[in-house]
Amino acid sequence: MTKLTFPVEASHIMMFARSIGDTNPVYYDADAAKKTEAGGIIAPPSFAQSVAQFNPDYFLRPKPGQAWFGSGKTATGLTEKSTSSGGLHAEQHFEFHRHIKPGDVLTVESMPGKAWEKESKRAGILKFRESITEYRDQNGELVITARSVGVTTERPVSQS
Amino acid sequence: MALKASALKVGDSHSEQICENLSRTQIVQYAGSSGDYNPLHSDEVYTTQIAGYPSVFAHGMLTMGMTGKAVTNYVGDGTLTKFGVRFTNQVWPGDTLTAIAKIAELRKEGGQNYVDLVLSTVNQDGKEVMTGNATARIDA
Repeated sequence: MTKLTFPVEASHIMMFARSIGDTNPVYYDADAAKKTEAGGIIAPPSFAQSVAQFNPDYFLRPKPGQAWFGSGKTATGLTEKSTSSGGLHAEQHFEFHRHIKPGDVLTVESMPGKAWEKESKRAGILKFRESITEYRDQNGELVITARSVGVTTERPVSQS
Repeated sequence: MALKASALKVGDSHSEQICENLSRTQIVQYAGSSGDYNPLHSDEVYTTQIAGYPSVFAHGMLTMGMTGKAVTNYVGDGTLTKFGVRFTNQVWPGDTLTAIAKIAELRKEGGQNYVDLVLSTVNQDGKEVMTGNATARIDA
């Protein structure tokens, strides 16, 4: 499967912490972070998912010269309507062997896991797909093991 | 500061408001930091006219990230060993979310104390939008 290189930068951690509304100095202030239990700047727990930034083929990022499925002149940039209402994120699990810190250069490898189906009243047939992702550091040590479950719905989720 | 096992008991909980009147701009900010630019989260035209939802909605991972803030505010920095969630309902612009972390178990493994938490994040109507579990190292 895909193997990505994820260089972890302090500015990326700071921007990520801002985007989740977390003002904890352990995510941006090196001096303050030194005095915490973490001993230095670390990344917030769910930061690992930002590896998407380093996937050159990531399908949820618009790319120059390619049609994008979001709106422009028309409500979608695609000429053929997709038969699916798109994928949603169902579950996300992280196991931390240690926490990510600036300067880490992670090698990230994903493997497909189980797949299953379920019938739901709110969205029709649900197709679940699991993937397991390992984040290893520059010394080959395992930093995070992640398990993600995505779901494709037959129709948009009803809001009742 | 690290939590101390001696000062905790099963059933203790920490509750925290993790966002108030969630803005579309914060959702865009999360798209930028995470790299997930799915138009479902920022493109009202696509989301209402093509995808068939009443409006854009937040990334599940934004709710996880904001809930993580409540968890680390409780257990301390760099002490989490596990954090897992299930997204149960969508989070919409304007939502005000509260995360609740409740102690399910206090245990010792290989000389190290741990706390197991059950997580629940609810919106302003009391509707659960995310459930989860977390484990952290704590002091004796």
